[in-house]
Amino acid sequence: MNHGEHRTNWELIKNGIFKENILFRMAISLCPAIAVTNSLKNGTLMGISVLFVQVMVNITISALRKFINPKIRIPIYMLVIAGWVSAIDMTLAAYAREAYKEIGLYIQLIVAFASILARAESFASKNKFVPSMSDGIGMGIGFLLAMIIISFFRELLGKGALFGFPIVAGKPLLIMILPAGGFFAFGILMGFFNWIDIRFFGGKGASGAG
Amino acid sequence: MDFNKLLELVISASLINNFVFTRFLGLCIFFGVSKKMETSVGMSITFTSVMVISAALSWLIFFYIMVPLDITFLKIVIFIGTIAALVQSADTIMKKVSPVMYHKLGIYLALITTNCIILAVPLINAGEGYTFIESLAFGLGSGLGFALALIIMASIREKLELAEVPRPFRGLPIAFIVAGLIALAFTGFSGLITL
Repeated sequence: MNHGEHRTNWELIKNGIFKENILFRMAISLCPAIAVTNSLKNGTLMGISVLFVQVMVNITISALRKFINPKIRIPIYMLVIAGWVSAIDMTLAAYAREAYKEIGLYIQLIVAFASILARAESFASKNKFVPSMSDGIGMGIGFLLAMIIISFFRELLGKGALFGFPIVAGKPLLIMILPAGGFFAFGILMGFFNWIDIRFFGGKGASGAG
Repeated sequence: MDFNKLLELVISASLINNFVFTRFLGLCIFFGVSKKMETSVGMSITFTSVMVISAALSWLIFFYIMVPLDITFLKIVIFIGTIAALVQSADTIMKKVSPVMYHKLGIYLALITTNCIILAVPLINAGEGYTFIESLAFGLGSGLGFALALIIMASIREKLELAEVPRPFRGLPIAFIVAGLIALAFTGFSGLITL
């Protein structure tokens, strides 16, 4: 893997969404998947921010790859990531004040995302501009979709609502929006995807290195 | 300095607002290292010390360099740089002092840089405007809370190795369910101190 020349851009995008899905398959960058998925709005906003940062970091690193000295590459990657995260952080603080109060800390912590650094190191630093962009888009969309799936179930079951609009009448399962519910939801969804993988595709299930 | 206030900060950061179970930070490391008791104890010690030192260092940088120069908007970049340098030195010291431990924890030490809690503590300290001593107390409480979470989790997962878990849930999914159960127990602490 990681030889983008041999794969089309579309394959790269699909790879990020399914085969190497950051959350469900690789099991890295888990913090926001549980912290901000108690409502669909926050989850989506967080997913979009990560998509933006991932794509911008990938294309920046890819464009600069010939100028970066391999010996000091990690600090430079961190600087590039921190720069783009600051950009999205200030943008959200200015334009989405309400949501920013809840997810602001987690937006700033995108800097410490293992997945973004990992893609910069293992893909963008070795590949051309366009494949790197596709890889970033695929990884970002994979993350966004996973966030949407988790927060969809949590908000629907926990509040009986979607995007804040009530959908189901009756008493909701309060536990799903409690902190503990995030762990349950994620564990069950991950188990479910493993089951699909084992049952229909003959896989072994994601091992998840952590 | 009011001692009660400090104690309150330590307890609140370690139990009531436990970083792993109520703020969901540092999960990658939490699930990565908690497979064995031995590694999680080593990780806890390293982690707590790095946490306290980085809280102190970043407080000094924030209030004596960044605030006077009016560059607080660069806090993400500067904090991550400080922490990366600190972790690198911790790595070197550990290699000299305890090579055996280094052999076991070396890979996770590298991971500390990309750990959210280590970065979150300076950011929260700066955001809340804590004093120097309060920042230290907050860092210590957060470190202890993380250590507690790691050790509880490791002792459960060691037992879980022997259990008959349905195949799709083996490994991480069941670890998440266990973490959820512990998190439920931790919500019981929420009434401990009314801040």
